[in-house]
Amino acid sequence: MAEMTYRDALNAAMCQEMDRDDSVFLMGEEVAEYDGAYKVSRGMLARYGDRRVVDSPISELGFAGLCVGAATTGLRPICEFMTFNFSFLALDQVINNAAKMFYMSNGRISVPIVFRGPTGAALQLAAQHSQACETYYVHAPGVKVVTPGTPADAKGLLAAAIRDDDPVAVMEGELLYNVRGEVPDGEYVIPLGVADLKRSGGDVSIITHGKMVHVALQAATMLARDGIEADVLDLRSIRPLDVDAILETVARTNRVVYLEEGWPFAGVGAQIVALIQEEAFDDLDAPVMRVTQADVPMPYAKTLEQLAKPGARNVVDACRRVLYQPAGSS
Amino acid sequence: MLQATKEMESGVTNGDGSGAAEEQDDAPGDVDVIGGLAREELHSLLGEMLLYRRFEEKAEEAYAIGKIGGFCHLHIGQEGLAAGAIRPLRADDLVITAYRDHTMAIAKGITPRAAMAELYGRVDGCSGGRGGSMHLFDPTVGFMGGHGIVGGQIPIGTGLGWAIRYRGDDQVCVCFMGDAAVNQGAFLESLNMAAIWHLPVIYVVENNEYGMGTAFSRVSATEMEARSGAYGIPAHTVNGQDVLETYRFFADMAERVRGGAGPQFVNAETYRFRGHSMSDPVSGTYRSKEEVESHVQEQDPITILRDRLMEADLLTQAELEAMDAEVRAVCEDAAEFADASPVPDPATLYDNVYAEVNAHGRLFLDGRGPGPAAGGPGGATHG
Ligand SMILES: Cc1ncc(C[n+]2csc(CCOP(=O)(O)OP(=O)(O)O)c2C)c(N)n1
Ligand SMILES: [Mg+2]
Repeated sequence: MAEMTYRDALNAAMCQEMDRDDSVFLMGEEVAEYDGAYKVSRGMLARYGDRRVVDSPISELGFAGLCVGAATTGLRPICEFMTFNFSFLALDQVINNAAKMFYMSNGRISVPIVFRGPTGAALQLAAQHSQACETYYVHAPGVKVVTPGTPADAKGLLAAAIRDDDPVAVMEGELLYNVRGEVPDGEYVIPLGVADLKRSGGDVSIITHGKMVHVALQAATMLARDGIEADVLDLRSIRPLDVDAILETVARTNRVVYLEEGWPFAGVGAQIVALIQEEAFDDLDAPVMRVTQADVPMPYAKTLEQLAKPGARNVVDACRRVLYQPAGSS
Repeated sequence: MLQATKEMESGVTNGDGSGAAEEQDDAPGDVDVIGGLAREELHSLLGEMLLYRRFEEKAEEAYAIGKIGGFCHLHIGQEGLAAGAIRPLRADDLVITAYRDHTMAIAKGITPRAAMAELYGRVDGCSGGRGGSMHLFDPTVGFMGGHGIVGGQIPIGTGLGWAIRYRGDDQVCVCFMGDAAVNQGAFLESLNMAAIWHLPVIYVVENNEYGMGTAFSRVSATEMEARSGAYGIPAHTVNGQDVLETYRFFADMAERVRGGAGPQFVNAETYRFRGHSMSDPVSGTYRSKEEVESHVQEQDPITILRDRLMEADLLTQAELEAMDAEVRAVCEDAAEFADASPVPDPATLYDNVYAEVNAHGRLFLDGRGPGPAAGGPGGATHG
C-alpha cells in the first residue's frame, strides 16, 4: 500500500496497462506536452513517447470517433475528454457507434475503448462546465459506466476498464484529483460491477456513486452523532450494476436514500429507486428518497451554486425522513 | 466612448477599403488625421483599449482576492480586436464570441459596471450573476454571449446571420472564435452553410497562436488562411495588434457584407499576454518567457497606437495620463459597484430556466430532499 492522490492513482493505472499491453494508447487534448489539463497524464509522454501519448486538436467528435475506429481493429484507446461536458460533441460516436458496433455486427466487431475524464461540478464553473454526465452514458445499452470515488478505486476500476472488451466510460471528478488515500501496490484490478460498502451502519442505507461517496460519508458521520448508523454503499460501477449489493443493504436497513450529483429527472437514482421497489418492495419501511442537484442549470454565483448542489445536510434530512424522525441537530 | 458614425465609415469605405485607407496614411498636410480617422476618433480608440486593459487588470486583482471565482480568461494583449473589430459596427449589428469575452462585451455596449458585477456573480451583472466571466450576454446591445464550449458559438453566429437574411435586414454578425476552434466540426459545417446561403457573417479567428497549451502549428497542417477556401469563403489576414489597420478593415468589411458580399473569414493575428486562464502560468510550459516578453515589448496594441499618435504629435503625455486616469476611475467604479451589488436571492434559484411556465404539468422535480428548500419549486419530491 502506498498513499497517493486520486490523480496519481489514475496515472498508475494507465501506466500499469500501457506497460503490459502495447495496444493501449492515450489520446486527448493537452494530454501529452502539457501533462494533461488536470495533470493526470503527468510524465506519460516522456515515458511512452508520442506514438502512444497523443495530443489531439480540439475536435471531440473527431478524435473520439478516431479512437472508436482504432478500437474496432483491436487497439485499446484511452480517449480522454478534458471534461465530460465536452464529450457531448462526441456523443454521436459514443452512442451511435461505440455502443452499437458489437450488436450491429452480430458480435464480430467489439469496441474495447475507455472514455475518461472528470464529470460533475467543481467550483463556480457555471452552467456549461458543471454537469454530471452519467445518465447520458448509462442510458445506452452497449456502454459501461464506472465512477471511482477514491484513489484505490480509481486505480483498480480504470485498469479494469482498459482491459474490458466493451466501451467503458470512466467518470472522475475534478474535485477528487487531489484526494489522497491508500492504494495497493503492483498490479491492481477491481472487477466491474462490484459495489463497495464504504461504511456499515444498519439503520439506513445511503446508496451513491462517484464523488458523492464523500458527501454520503460526511452525512453518515453527522447522523452517528445522533445515534443513527448508516450504511454507505458506493456502487462504483453503474453499468454493470451490483443489484445484489443493493438488495442486501435494503434488506438490512429497510430504509434507503439515493444520493447523486446530477439532476433528478431520469437520473441514476430514478433507476435505482425503480429497481428497489420492483425487487424489494416488501423490505421497505418507507418510500426511497433521492437527493440530487437542484433541477436547474448550474448557476455561477457562489451562493446559488451552493444551494443547487446536494450537500451532507440534504442527505441527513432525507435519512431522517425515511426514518420518520423529525429533522434533528446532526 | 467612440461612436461608430456614418461619416467615419464612409471615410474608409470608398474604394476598396484597406487599400484606400492606406493611401490616406501620412497624407501630406493632413497632420490631424491617420488613416482617415480624426484626432478625437484616434483618442477615442486609444481610450477604449486602455479601458479594456484596466478592466482586465481590475478583474485579475479581484480574482486574486476571491471576489471572482471559477474560470476567468483575460483578453490582455488582444484588446486591439475588441476595439478594432467591434467599435466600427452599428449598434444593431450582432457580436458573438467564446469565453474570453469581457472586453468584447464592453466594446459592444455592455457597461463596465454590468460586466464587472457579472464577474462578481451579483444581481446587477449583465447575466444576473448566473453566467459569470464566461457567459456575458446582453441582446439589447447586440452582444449574444459569452460561450464556454469551444466552437459552440460558431453555428449560433451562423444562425444569427440566417435570421438577419430571413428578415431581410441589413445587420451583420461578427462571430469570433479562438484559433483552436477551427478544428471543430461545427466550424466546418457552419462555413459551408454560410456559403451556400450567402449569410452576412464575418467569422473572425482571434489567432493568438495557442489553444491553451497547444500551438496552432501542432494541430493544423495548413495555415489559418487556408481554412475557409474549401467553402469558397474569402480569407483575409489582419494584424490585430495594429488597431488602426483592424478598425479600417472591419469598417470596410462590415459595409461590404451589409451590401451583400456574403460570408467572410478573417485571420486576426494577435497574442495573449497572460495565461490561458487564471490557473495557467504566463510562460514556462508551452511558450518561453522570451517569447512572451518580446510580444509584450513589441506587440502591445496600446503601446503601438500610443507611439504612433505621439510621433505624429497627435497625443501628449498629459493627455495620455488624463485618459488613463479616467478609465482607471471607470474600472474602480465598476468594481465598487459590483461589490455593492447584492448576491442573488436564494428564492430565485429556479428563475429563468424556462421562458414559459405551462399551465399544466410539473416542470421541476427539485430533488434536494425534504429539508427547508430554499429557492425550491416546491421542495420535496415526496410527502
Ligand atoms: C469542446 C471543448 N473542448 C475543450 C474545452 C476546454 N478548453 C477551453 S478553452 C480551450 C482552448 C481554446 O483555444 P482557442 O480556441 O485558441 O481560444 P483562446 O483560449 O486562445 O482564446 C480548451 C481546450 C472546451 N471549453 N470546449
Ligand atoms: Mg488561441
